[in-house]
Amino acid sequence: MSKRSATVYWTGFAIILALLIVAPLVLPEFWRRFVTEILIWGLLAMSSDILIGYTGMVSFGHSAFFGLGMYGAAAALLMVRPPNLWLAIVYGLIGSAAIGLFVAYFSTRLRDIYFAITTLIFSQIFYVIIFTWTEVTGGENGLSFRRPPLAIPGLFSAPFTAETLHWFVLAVVTASYLILRRITQSPFGMVLQSIRENEPRTRAIGYAVERYKIVAVMLSALFAGLAGVLYAVQNRFAAPDFVYFLVSGETVIFNVMGGIGTLVGPIVGAGFFLLLREAFSRFFTEYYLIPVGIIFIAMVIFMPQGLLGFMRRWLNR
Amino acid sequence: MGIEQIFAAIPWETIIIQTVNGIVTGMILALIASGLTLIFGIMDVVNFAHGELFMLGAYIGVVVITTSGSFWLALVIATLVVALLGAALQITTLRPLLGRDPLTTILATFGISLVLQNYALWQFGPVARKIQEPFTGYFTLFYLEYPWYRLLIAALSAAIIGAFWLFLKYGKYGVWIRATTQDRVMAQAMGIPVPWVHTGAFAIGAGMAAASGVLFGPLVGVNHAMGLDWILKAFIVVVVGGMGSLGGSIAASIFISLLEAYASIWVSPAQAGIVSFVVLILTLLFRPTGLFVPTPK
Repeated sequence: MSKRSATVYWTGFAIILALLIVAPLVLPEFWRRFVTEILIWGLLAMSSDILIGYTGMVSFGHSAFFGLGMYGAAAALLMVRPPNLWLAIVYGLIGSAAIGLFVAYFSTRLRDIYFAITTLIFSQIFYVIIFTWTEVTGGENGLSFRRPPLAIPGLFSAPFTAETLHWFVLAVVTASYLILRRITQSPFGMVLQSIRENEPRTRAIGYAVERYKIVAVMLSALFAGLAGVLYAVQNRFAAPDFVYFLVSGETVIFNVMGGIGTLVGPIVGAGFFLLLREAFSRFFTEYYLIPVGIIFIAMVIFMPQGLLGFMRRWLNR
Repeated sequence: MGIEQIFAAIPWETIIIQTVNGIVTGMILALIASGLTLIFGIMDVVNFAHGELFMLGAYIGVVVITTSGSFWLALVIATLVVALLGAALQITTLRPLLGRDPLTTILATFGISLVLQNYALWQFGPVARKIQEPFTGYFTLFYLEYPWYRLLIAALSAAIIGAFWLFLKYGKYGVWIRATTQDRVMAQAMGIPVPWVHTGAFAIGAGMAAASGVLFGPLVGVNHAMGLDWILKAFIVVVVGGMGSLGGSIAASIFISLLEAYASIWVSPAQAGIVSFVVLILTLLFRPTGLFVPTPK
């Protein structure tokens, strides 16, 4: 990256970050919550961008990782007294990592459409298990719990307010973005991108493609699980609906709308989708997916690069 | 415990009843899955909206039956209307995607499925509708009064699939479809109008899904989400049977439905669904090309 281009990039980054930091102080209650939610869904979409945009594998099973993050957090918050935020994150990450390893091991043997269908069916397996295992998961009703305080052990502990929750989510999402950006630019990320461009050639050069794919899926699962933990903390419940494959479908929609292979694109896509949902809910009530679905189809046909696709090269430098 | 005791402990009657049940659902599933296989085989499109076409077929059946009262008229009209709808969908959304990454077609058909599903919810409401069976005879199967209609479904599905197979084998347009499946470019060079063959194949697949929707309607309530369960099962069947193989997906449909029927003797039907998932995983592990196709060289 040239020096000037780097300056422009980091200036833009700082401005957007500053706007997001100020947002909860100036926005009314409804929109404050809305922005926080965009960030969480954006993190989920960003995690799946690692697979879709950088490795060229479309996962239709991200709801499983997201949901296991939620249930992991729920387990920590319900079983351990007093509830601890960091323990919730650790449990959520362990849950999604375990599922991630399982899914990655089987599904990375397949490519393209087969990979998509396999991940979809895996997520449905976990959905059925969570839905029917009522004693542990609460079945259809899910689990609800109290929100843990924001605490650093030995330093301070304060209950979450709407502002601090937003800032906490923003901090996690920003850190995840920087980590993922660093990873995609690392030699490991370069191998992933070369798998996307030409898998046989990457294999011929001597990279163990399968191992790279497994790590990519697991990495993606970890960040999706993190998004699940944040969502659980924000909404104080975990429900099987979030493991259902429609959530995975929405994740893919966020990616395609925002522009795959850009990391920030999926966040923009999540924002765009949620805004469309808000706008159309006014006229179509719960049938908002009719116009949003039509817009999505039109974007797939006429705008396959998504909203931020035109910045793709520049964002990845 | 001796052999005789184990033998006696097996609930033979239940097993036979479940075998019949499994074959009936298997034939319906085969009817759905063969449309899916046809569409996948010919244009590499994984049709996510297939379950919604099934669901729309059932709804159109409900509408026609309430207005005309004839089940058979409903079956024909639902098939034709959904086939036309399928052709229209293919022309407007899938044709522009021809030649792009096959994954984009998953996205487009996923969008279609969302739109259709919410359209049905909007148009018909969340309450399940009922399709009246064309006739209500029963025969005695051990301790059960078993409806003849269920056997009729299996026979009709088999007849439709058989007719479809004959069409592919001997019909002029059937030969076009097979030629396009084998080699799109060569078929084009031979003067076959490939884009229209694609549209036609999609319409046939959609029509078959709609027919199975009407046939299956009397057994369950018709509601807007009924497509979801079936589309997942149909995907599993298509992968287990070997992608794009018609015979394979029919065999896999019956195989998986039988396994699920037997499993539901001991566990709840929702948990029995996991059996098909397990079959899928094992297939992918040990025979990723499909269980019911010859080993590729």
